[in-house]
Amino acid sequence: MTTLRPLSLMVNGETLTCFAEPRETLADLLRRGLELTGTHTGCEMGVCGACLVMLDGAPVHACLLFAVQAEGSAIETIEGLTAKTAIADLQCAFHDRNALQCGFCTPGMLVTAQALLARNPQPSRAEIRDALSGNYCRCTGYEAIVDAIETVARRRAAGEVAAAFAEEPA
Amino acid sequence: MKARAFSYFRPATITEALTVFAVAGGEASYIAGGQSLVPALALRLQAPERLVDIAHIDALRGISLEDGWLRLGALTRHVEAHDDPLIAAHAPLLALAAPHVAHPAIRNRGTLGGSVALADPASEFPAMMLAMGAEMEIAGTEGTRRVPADSFFLDLYQTALEPGELLVAFHIPAAGPEHRCAFDELARRRGDYAIVGCGTMLTMSGAETSSARIAFLAVGATPVRARAAEASLVGRRLDSETIRSAQAALAEDLDPPDDEQVPAAMRLHLARVLLGRLLGSLAEAA
Amino acid sequence: MNAPLGALDRPNSYIGRSVSRPNAKRLLAGRGRYVTDLVLPRMLHAAFLRSPYAHARISAIDLSAAQAMPGVRLIATGADLAKLCKPWTGTLDHFRGMKSPPQFPLPLDEVLWAGQAVVAVVADTRAQAEDAVEAILIDFEELPPVVDVDAALEPDSDRAAAGLDDNLCFGLKLDSGDVDAAFAAAAYVVEEEFHFGRHTAVTLEPRAILADWDASEGRLTVHHATQTPYQFQDLYSRHYGIPEASVRVVAPDVGGSFGMKLHVYHEDMAVVGLSVLAGRPVKFVADRMESFISDIHARDHRVRARIALDAAGTILAMDVDDVTAIGAFSSYPRTSAVEGNQVVRLMGAPYRFRDYRAELSAVFQNKVQTSQYRAVGHPIACAVTERLVDMAAARAGLDPVAMREKNLIPDDAYPHASPTGYRFEALSHEKCLKRLTVMMDYERLRAEQAELRASGIHRGIGIASFVEISNPSPAFYGIGGARISAQDGAIVKVTPSGEVRCLISVTEQGQGTETIIGQIVADQLGLPRERVRVITGDTEVTPHGGATWACRGAGIGGETALQAARKLRENVLSLAATVLQAKTFELDMRDGVIVDLMTGAERISLAEIARIAYFRSDTLPPGTSAQLSVAHHYAPQGYPFAFTNGIQGCHVELDTETGFVHILKHWVVEDCGRIINPLLVDEQVRGGVVQGLGAAFFEECRYDGNGQLTNGSLADYLVPMACEMPDIEIGHVETLTADTALGAKGCGEAGTAAASAAALNAVNDALSPFRASIAQIPMTPTRLLRALGKI
Repeated sequence: MTTLRPLSLMVNGETLTCFAEPRETLADLLRRGLELTGTHTGCEMGVCGACLVMLDGAPVHACLLFAVQAEGSAIETIEGLTAKTAIADLQCAFHDRNALQCGFCTPGMLVTAQALLARNPQPSRAEIRDALSGNYCRCTGYEAIVDAIETVARRRAAGEVAAAFAEEPA
Repeated sequence: MKARAFSYFRPATITEALTVFAVAGGEASYIAGGQSLVPALALRLQAPERLVDIAHIDALRGISLEDGWLRLGALTRHVEAHDDPLIAAHAPLLALAAPHVAHPAIRNRGTLGGSVALADPASEFPAMMLAMGAEMEIAGTEGTRRVPADSFFLDLYQTALEPGELLVAFHIPAAGPEHRCAFDELARRRGDYAIVGCGTMLTMSGAETSSARIAFLAVGATPVRARAAEASLVGRRLDSETIRSAQAALAEDLDPPDDEQVPAAMRLHLARVLLGRLLGSLAEAA
Repeated sequence: MNAPLGALDRPNSYIGRSVSRPNAKRLLAGRGRYVTDLVLPRMLHAAFLRSPYAHARISAIDLSAAQAMPGVRLIATGADLAKLCKPWTGTLDHFRGMKSPPQFPLPLDEVLWAGQAVVAVVADTRAQAEDAVEAILIDFEELPPVVDVDAALEPDSDRAAAGLDDNLCFGLKLDSGDVDAAFAAAAYVVEEEFHFGRHTAVTLEPRAILADWDASEGRLTVHHATQTPYQFQDLYSRHYGIPEASVRVVAPDVGGSFGMKLHVYHEDMAVVGLSVLAGRPVKFVADRMESFISDIHARDHRVRARIALDAAGTILAMDVDDVTAIGAFSSYPRTSAVEGNQVVRLMGAPYRFRDYRAELSAVFQNKVQTSQYRAVGHPIACAVTERLVDMAAARAGLDPVAMREKNLIPDDAYPHASPTGYRFEALSHEKCLKRLTVMMDYERLRAEQAELRASGIHRGIGIASFVEISNPSPAFYGIGGARISAQDGAIVKVTPSGEVRCLISVTEQGQGTETIIGQIVADQLGLPRERVRVITGDTEVTPHGGATWACRGAGIGGETALQAARKLRENVLSLAATVLQAKTFELDMRDGVIVDLMTGAERISLAEIARIAYFRSDTLPPGTSAQLSVAHHYAPQGYPFAFTNGIQGCHVELDTETGFVHILKHWVVEDCGRIINPLLVDEQVRGGVVQGLGAAFFEECRYDGNGQLTNGSLADYLVPMACEMPDIEIGHVETLTADTALGAKGCGEAGTAAASAAALNAVNDALSPFRASIAQIPMTPTRLLRALGKI
């Protein structure tokens, strides 16, 4: 029963073959097997949002999915989204606005924000808060996060293109 | 919080799924979106020896309209209930309820079939199936059958599904312009299980209600139809007096559980407030 | 804003400027390194069997089946670990008469709360450890649980733990002035019984620890998600008998703490012993369910209080009885009595009255220990005081603002000694109140409220003044015998390339400690901020110090950094003067270049000075001593605490049919002295407010009559989420403390201190037309519907 199953996944643009016990969640596989520790586990029951990743382009809880279920899917984690600069503007805005403190919720927040803006490029503050309804943050009180997402929506609407986040000076 | 070990199967057809399940001799679970099952496994509240992943069975997918019935494959995701134009037009209660179901990422994975088969009395979709008069298409080793929502929900987490049977699709009488639908719920926080929720579907004949279906969630062991309240609306205009009588009738319909956090009297009170507001909004919309 | 600290407005005047946090970038890129992320070679994982009962005797333990499970490397019981680890007792000497049962990593024969760790399993994976936990058989003999505080105090009550004479952990009586006479002479007395629910910190990263005992060197390295690495170095050393110098505690990125991650937890202490026994690194990460039943809880107070007023509405006296339920032990090493102590000492703090009496009872029962969590005691003292002040205002026919104008300690009346025993250096209640009413547009809100009431919309406006404790001196813990430092230490050094590193004992959990320390060092040296690197959280590299708690990071850590940087600057300028054959006082450093003080003309770069010092000391005059590293310590020596103050406003709409409350907006005016980084201060305050609003409306650890926590999951314990929380407007007043050159006080707890009080007043304001009131938090729809008589 505890035998490992071979598993083929596209992770951050790379096709990987790895082995996992069926009971291992995608979150645990990403963190343990693939060393993608930017995906955090805060509750392991789908209520905190720290483990959100993109699965075939839509945010899902990596803790609510056994890795074997994701066989054949394309997964993007915070590391991959960062590397392809897809969320550089969000990262910049979060940084400027200090929309994070301990940073444990932040990867999940960014995944939610990216998905929200893809669906609704000009959300109201209430819509932003609604989209964040499953992302728990104990540190910020949420307002700075809402502000940062609102700022990016405005910038994207104005056609601004962000520089790669890592290249920005501190 | 790590699940006990299990074996994993991914059948491609309904027949294969039923067989793989049957071979396990009762120690198997189907998994589709897994949004309720995975936490239960992580908490070791459930520990099947075998998981049968039905998420890749094409016959469980699809949204179509035929002969006045909307057919939704069991794998229809919550997010589709929110976004799909056919659902919005012909099963508006699902679209109205969808934004209240947990959070966006859960809705991306969760399936209508999973939600209804689990039959959590506090869930939105089971109650809406009841409110819409949906019929459940069920496959078993003996063949398929259809069970109306009114006889599908039997008790707490108990449905007409026999062990090993698979929920295949929902058949929903397509709503039209003569229907007026409203949904709302009272949840402590956005996306939480509600203290009480209600879907209301009225068929209007001019200014009068010709038929009504009202279903509540989180008021008992199963989703509950408010038949006395429904009856009080039929043949009457939707005015404040009618609404008050429907609210009063809920005493006959609902026998909510009593607990320290939410006493029975509070649930009944809130159910009345909610029904009054929903009917009020429908009356205003007229 | 106050004038800059330096004499000159240099390009590097960072103190007072909003700058972003350099160390936040790795967190945004998913490159944080939390203890939960760390993997060491041959690392094993621990899981614990936990008591299903709130109180029971362990009759027998059968490990045979578990030991045979796949992947299991070690199973340890209380007896196994007691051979290695000395027990501890959570008392402080200055809390006279305090008692608490001794604690072991795992219990020897009696379990004292449901969820207490009983047996540890170490296995190759966490899943295997959990599998083996399920295979352990324990016979428990159930004992009667002590659950209710009043029953616990009855003389013939069951005891929460064997060996206790009674269930009173700590009692305290304060009495100053003549309270009885004041009440006898009062024109009005208002009184209320308040209930404050149990909360818990719910950091998003749970507790995490990775202990690595290396028997070959006799060295223990512990990666620990904690606020206080030095405190744990000391504790691991003393309790496991390992020389202090052989214990290293590293706190890397920490996913939130809020006071919760500085207490000794049984599992954490056990993990050190498990590593010793296994001879391999052992990691334990509490899962969320374990967090709820083993992290400290906080609050849980029942307060009966009354105030006496004269006919004009002047507060004359206050009389308080606080009973707080602290669990089966007092926590270690900070105890479970500090919250109650601060409750009775912060009562009425913003107000001018002389006669005060209080009684505190900290009571044992069979639940998780309570201890210090953000804003320790403040929310209780503030809510009781501010609600009574509002009730008094209503009795005296005064608007809540007018009531406060009348009774707040005037801004020109400092220093001020409170009747509860605190000394306030300088506070600004009046200025803050004025500022708040402007920000809220108070008059307009009141007019709008009246208008909307007529149409059946019930809004409420609540305000709450507060005093916050920050910058604690040794009077806090040291005096009680705890080895918890009130001082901090910093090493500031110039690298050979002319960059600066600051290694400091205060720690970072996301609040921005490293950023403000970098700002201070760069500012004081005259260096671009990018060239200062701040290193924290490792006992092997930073000087010993108190770290980050009780709002001391900016005030004490910041002053340490300031003084260290000034010393280093002197050394740099002195060396530059030697090289340049100039006088030290003629030189200044700006943007990393030594310049002529008067003209600003560039003389030599810091990099060049460093190059000469490190590589060409032969070119320096004989006897020149280039000291480009400075180690410096600072401990507060003036007031025992630097008190801060502020005021909050809350605007709510109450749905009187459903009991649901919509928080419309929240305001804070806050005075933390010198603001080093307004951006960070504002976000500290906002985060704190939301923790207070969570307490006001949502958060509560609920127990049943058997001492079982009934909502111990993140789905059932309601933390505040984005949709229900309001936007929060923040204003500042800056009253510096004269005890330090920096003048900074704490700000991290201000938001939490008064948010629930303001919310309580706002909801009561909304309830007032119905002659209804509430004196319990969280204010749930059930409680509000009951208050309204709807159910």
